[in-house]
Amino acid sequence: MIELKNFGIGYGRRVLLSDVNAAFAPGTLVALLGRNGTGKSTLLRAIAGLGPHTSGTVEAGGKDLSGLDAAAIARTLAFVSTERVRVSSLRCSDIVAMGRAPYTNWIGSMTDADRDTVADALAAVGMADFAGRTMDTMSDGECQRIMIARALAQDTPVILLDEPTSFLDLPNRYELCLLLRRLAHQRGKCVIFSTHELDIALSLADAIALIEPPRLHCLPVGEMRASGLIERTFCNDDFSFDALTGQIVTRR
Amino acid sequence: MRTRVSVCFIVLTLLMAALFVLDLCLGQVNISASDVWASLTGGEVSRVTQRIVLNLRLTKAVTAVLAGAALSLSGLQMQTLFRNPLAGPYVLGISSGASLGVALFILGAPLMGMSAWMSSLGLAGAAWVGAAAVLALIVAVARRIRDIMVILVLGVMFSSGVSAVVQILQYLSREESLKSFVLWTMGSLGDVTLRQLWIFVPAVLAGLILGFAAVKPLNLLLLGEDYARTMGLNVGRSRAMIFGSTTLLAGTATAFCGPIGFIGLAMPHVTRLMLHDSDHRVMVPGTALAGACVMLACDIISKMMVLPVNAITALLGVPVVIWIVLRTK
Repeated sequence: MIELKNFGIGYGRRVLLSDVNAAFAPGTLVALLGRNGTGKSTLLRAIAGLGPHTSGTVEAGGKDLSGLDAAAIARTLAFVSTERVRVSSLRCSDIVAMGRAPYTNWIGSMTDADRDTVADALAAVGMADFAGRTMDTMSDGECQRIMIARALAQDTPVILLDEPTSFLDLPNRYELCLLLRRLAHQRGKCVIFSTHELDIALSLADAIALIEPPRLHCLPVGEMRASGLIERTFCNDDFSFDALTGQIVTRR
Repeated sequence: MRTRVSVCFIVLTLLMAALFVLDLCLGQVNISASDVWASLTGGEVSRVTQRIVLNLRLTKAVTAVLAGAALSLSGLQMQTLFRNPLAGPYVLGISSGASLGVALFILGAPLMGMSAWMSSLGLAGAAWVGAAAVLALIVAVARRIRDIMVILVLGVMFSSGVSAVVQILQYLSREESLKSFVLWTMGSLGDVTLRQLWIFVPAVLAGLILGFAAVKPLNLLLLGEDYARTMGLNVGRSRAMIFGSTTLLAGTATAFCGPIGFIGLAMPHVTRLMLHDSDHRVMVPGTALAGACVMLACDIISKMMVLPVNAITALLGVPVVIWIVLRTK
């Protein structure tokens, strides 16, 4: 369970979000939607402690994250950024093993349990065969899965992903989101991902968090579809979006 | 995979031992291997021979091992920290910063009048301050500008600016201090005296130990600062540790051996190629060992051809750097 209390973000004087109160339950896949520049990345980064917030707190399991040290936060919350990481001569199993960092000693020695967790994480994202491969010879979709396996190996109740489906083709996008959904439902994790894919979000997510500056609307998918908020956010003079059918409707 | 690493380490260690012995046996005066052995173990040899072996050759060989390890490891740290294959103490201007410190010290110290020991400590101190100052400047810029090319260009500009300042200092300074500074800039492993080793060895060892202590942070930083932070790394503290290590390593090596280029830039790549691994648990010791070997080899070549060691490292390093640039394109 992760909760935002009176949470606010912004740049300088510009307020992106203010007075956000939201709770995300374990075992749910949450899609974070919003127009460009409304602060999806900024919000995820602020929750992960990578960027500043202007007010309020993030609480996980009833504990304020700002009171915890870096390692304790890393045991609560894992993050997958938009950055495409390609390190030469580093095997996928080594990258996933880095997820064990908050649990290992100063030199990072792995116990058998740690190695099992890494193997399990690789298997969970369907990349067990890639353990010995290096990332410089892999596709974007495969690299993204490795970064997710790394987050999984961190063994946290919460996983945040910033636009995990960008750079991917349509089948890969669906596959990736199905994977996230499986992780949320089977492993009881709270998975929050930002995306521009309205159709994927509405068909696969359990709940939608929609940014309509400076507010964040959090509703289960069904209620979100019926609320008309999505239509209001994603429309302009030439077309509108029908949340019930998932179709773009052009105005003539 | 693991066997490859083990084999590389055994080969490197044996190579280093062999080069070390060879370095002891070679020099301007012909000394037989048995006499070298006798000098080291306190056997029966002339006092002159013993002095040459212990005070000159052994000191120089130890300096080569430590300077090579220090510059290479600091290059590895900079490449990981700035996530740039072309980073290194020389390219980023850290060696130049140390040079400026040394220049100010050598050209200004005669005015103060200090004992020999104080002056070598002062030399090292001036180099540390200079190296740390440039490092702080680069970090300050890197925080604002994420573009890696900008940081590299700035490093080159720092170096040029520092050279200009050093030239002005040389122009203004007196003859005797000028000569000692010019000799220093040519880079030499042989100028380190037995007494200076008392500062050189502990300072480099401290830098190496700090470097070894930072293998886990360095590994996490391979994925960038954001990822490292979300995996529980205290980025500020780790960065301070790595910078402290680099300042000690590159600063001390530069202070006592002069600005030696290309070792720091080239050796991490050579080592990565040998080990096929970016894991710092093997890369840190591997790079240090490989750097020590190459520095010993450079010293042997410079003895045989009577050339400054700086020229040899450049001639060996330049092809490696060109290869890196061509490969990353």
